[in-house]
Amino acid sequence: MQRIGVFVCHCGTNIAATVDVKAVAEALSHEPGVVISQDYQYMCSESGQNLVKDAIKEHKLSGVVICSCSPRMHENTFRKAAASAGLNPYLVEIANIREQCSWIHKDIATATDKAIILGKAAVAKVHLNAPLTAGESPVVKRALVIGGGIAGIQTALDIADAGFDVDIVEKKPTIGGKMAQIDKTFPTLDCSACILTPKMVEASQNEHITIHSYSEVSDVKGFIGNFTVTIKKKARYVDEVKCTGCGACMEKCPMKKVPNEFNEGLNNRTAIYIPFAQAVPKVAAIDPNYCLMLKNGKCGVCSKVCTAGAIDYKQQDKFIEQKYGAIVVATGYNVINLDKYDEFAYNQCPDVVTSLELERLMNAAGPNGGTLLRPSDKTHPHTIVFVQCVGSRCDDEKGKPYCSKICCMYTAKHAMLIREKYPDTEVYVFYIDVRTPGKNFDEFYRRAVEQYNVHYIKGMVGKVTPKADGKIDVQASDLLANEQLHINADMVVLAAAIEPDKSARPLATMLTTQMDTNDFFTEAHPKLRPVESATAGIFLSGACQGPKDIPETVAQASAAAAKAIGLLVKNSITCNPCVAHSDELLCNGCSSCEKVCPYGAITYQDKEFRMPDRTTAIRRVASVNPAVCQGCGACTVACPSGAMDLNGFSNSQIMAEVDAICK
Amino acid sequence: MQVNNNFEPVIVAFCCNWCSYAGADLSGTNRLNYPTNVKIIRVPCSCRVNPMFILRAFQKGADGVIICGCHPGDCHYTSGNYYTRRRITLLYSMLDFLGIERNRTRLEWVSAAEGAKFAATMQQFTEDVRKLGPNRRLEDLRCRKQ
Ligand SMILES: Cc1cc2nc3c(=O)[nH]c(=O)nc-3n(C[C@H](O)[C@H](O)[C@H](O)COP(=O)(O)OP(=O)(O)OC[C@H]3O[C@@H](n4cnc5c(N)ncnc54)[C@H](O)[C@@H]3O)c2cc1C
Ligand code: SF4
Ligand code: SF4
Ligand code: FES
Repeated sequence: MQRIGVFVCHCGTNIAATVDVKAVAEALSHEPGVVISQDYQYMCSESGQNLVKDAIKEHKLSGVVICSCSPRMHENTFRKAAASAGLNPYLVEIANIREQCSWIHKDIATATDKAIILGKAAVAKVHLNAPLTAGESPVVKRALVIGGGIAGIQTALDIADAGFDVDIVEKKPTIGGKMAQIDKTFPTLDCSACILTPKMVEASQNEHITIHSYSEVSDVKGFIGNFTVTIKKKARYVDEVKCTGCGACMEKCPMKKVPNEFNEGLNNRTAIYIPFAQAVPKVAAIDPNYCLMLKNGKCGVCSKVCTAGAIDYKQQDKFIEQKYGAIVVATGYNVINLDKYDEFAYNQCPDVVTSLELERLMNAAGPNGGTLLRPSDKTHPHTIVFVQCVGSRCDDEKGKPYCSKICCMYTAKHAMLIREKYPDTEVYVFYIDVRTPGKNFDEFYRRAVEQYNVHYIKGMVGKVTPKADGKIDVQASDLLANEQLHINADMVVLAAAIEPDKSARPLATMLTTQMDTNDFFTEAHPKLRPVESATAGIFLSGACQGPKDIPETVAQASAAAAKAIGLLVKNSITCNPCVAHSDELLCNGCSSCEKVCPYGAITYQDKEFRMPDRTTAIRRVASVNPAVCQGCGACTVACPSGAMDLNGFSNSQIMAEVDAICK
Repeated sequence: MQVNNNFEPVIVAFCCNWCSYAGADLSGTNRLNYPTNVKIIRVPCSCRVNPMFILRAFQKGADGVIICGCHPGDCHYTSGNYYTRRRITLLYSMLDFLGIERNRTRLEWVSAAEGAKFAATMQQFTEDVRKLGPNRRLEDLRCRKQ
């Protein structure tokens, strides 16, 4: 026989002003199994909790119902109180008579009636509650970082610093990400390579860090504390261990017409290549799309010149499997494709470039050795027009609805650097708004306007037209002066929007993490849990979560590392006991449940059963891994034989609530 | 037909823990009123709602059942609400077949931030069900309150 205690909270006057709490306690005292029903001013206070604890002991309660605020507020408080009085914490149910009753209703009589019904439903449910024990699951003390930009590097360094092993998986032949391509960085104008490359080297030399470059994640299984990840190491046709990075192969490779992605296609590289001088690892890779040997079996020059014997045309993709306790996503961003922006003539005119291309044009290690020249005729540009928000803040299908956040600052940087180095060059910036929140950011922008005389014009560029004489006509409106302008420019620079990497969505599916409609990874809570994903054990670092500049990226990277470390220091984690389980006698092994489980928590086992005629039979039955199951309940509804049920929200518990409400 | 002016519909609302239950709490926090007819049952995800629960509610005398979940794409368990949507669509055909007005069942997406939407939805649903009158078809008269 159940012995249930009911405790009705006044919540000061929050509940008591609209709900007759005494009447609720009185009404519930007549419910079956209820042996004590009390009301009290503040149930969650220490004395309120003591009231519950004492009653559990004194009346040997087998179940507790608290009529109070939302379970989202104090379910844990009361569970803990019950546990400390020796009652299984999952034998506590909350009737929400504040948020869902007293606060929304005014009439005392009907509100009291409703509170009684909610209380009855909770009593009916608690009759069927089963004691649950949270299981423990061990934590593998190794982390995986996906993406080797500044975000991934920083996260890995911090995790390694705490003494844990960490692997970086980077899809390109080198780590470094976009920051390696940038020339100077706002707001300090220090050289990007000078601050990034030491970190890249540090990562490669750290005994706790393993870098899998030119690799991708191809499969993720498991759950917090115990992920099993398959990493695909793409064939680079060069032995990573043997290659010394001398570059002899690149000098001799006859295939010299491959667009150089590190320089945004502004010049060419060879088929065998090291992306840039400070690449980490400094190991060559052969581009199979261009290599003459791999394509038609004719060449083999690099293998002849490589004194280390590192070339291996027969290399295959390799798959390695590794276990991790935590995963950090740091897949960064890309600049959007501008094919839809015909009005800016990006595809027609080589002198219309994106800001990232400009970074390379101005970089000492770039195609022109740092002298700013027009890509078309290698002459010095005297008039440069910057167009802001290309594809950002769009309300149409073409672009992105969000602000890319970094463009106002990098354009101010570009404008200033150009005016500094080439004072004879006029610089125009067309903007919708200039957005410069951030430490020393507005000061930085004002310097561009006041000190460097950059012409900032509020207005939109309508059309960019390349002219026969090699100049570019920029037709724009000046919104403040209310006039149409034509600028005879030598170069046009587009501040193109940034978007998440294309590989992010398939990756999110593998990780079962959420993304927003723009494919940025979604944080577990936008304010309070900004570096965790909603999937336990998976953390977010850098621009994959939203547009960010380097300081913000690094801050988030370290925060994600701290969260991952917080997980890795634990030997085991407590699992949620409200998980699904199947009744093996009812289960017919139909696989319906497995198909709907978003976490792959369900597997099948062949089990031996004694049949009524005393023979034994082997039957296939579902079994739920309680450490993987997140307790959504999808499987319980999919199960046609009624074998699958959910702890804490069982079929009979929910039916009992339904009955109590409809009675 | 006799019209009962004092008809107070019994409405069962299934709310997923992560979005809609939180949305309901928010309408409470913001003191946004909706009728006392609505009684909420908390489920982990809208996909936990077995169509059997809905039929059971109708059988036990509910006049309306509303299922609330996170917006498509926002389900805490990524895809639960897509299952819910498919199941409820199927349930509609079954309700048609049983002769229960399909307007007695509703599926709504309410996020944790949409306290106002929650209250407005409950107001509207209660009114709609009130207009439909008591649910007689599937009520098990043996379950009826004396
Ligand atoms: C033109 C321009 C100028 C800028 N100037 C500045 C500046 O002056 N100051 C400043 O603070 N910020 C600047 N920024 C912003 C800066 O580039 C970013 O803040 C920073 O690069 C974000 O770092 P990240 O590591 O998150 O992303 P990324 O740098 O994009 O790195 C992501 C890495 O992950 C890898 N990756 C992606 N997908 C996968 C996958 N599926 N598997 C494995 N690896 C993957 C990528 O190859 C890449 O190496 C500028 C940006 C642009 C476009
Ligand atoms: S950062 Fe500036 S240029 Fe970039 S989208 Fe936002 S407002 Fe436009
Ligand atoms: S409750 Fe959800 S997570 Fe758990 S086994 Fe069922 S479908 Fe999978
Ligand atoms: S958690 Fe809200 S619908 Fe799945």
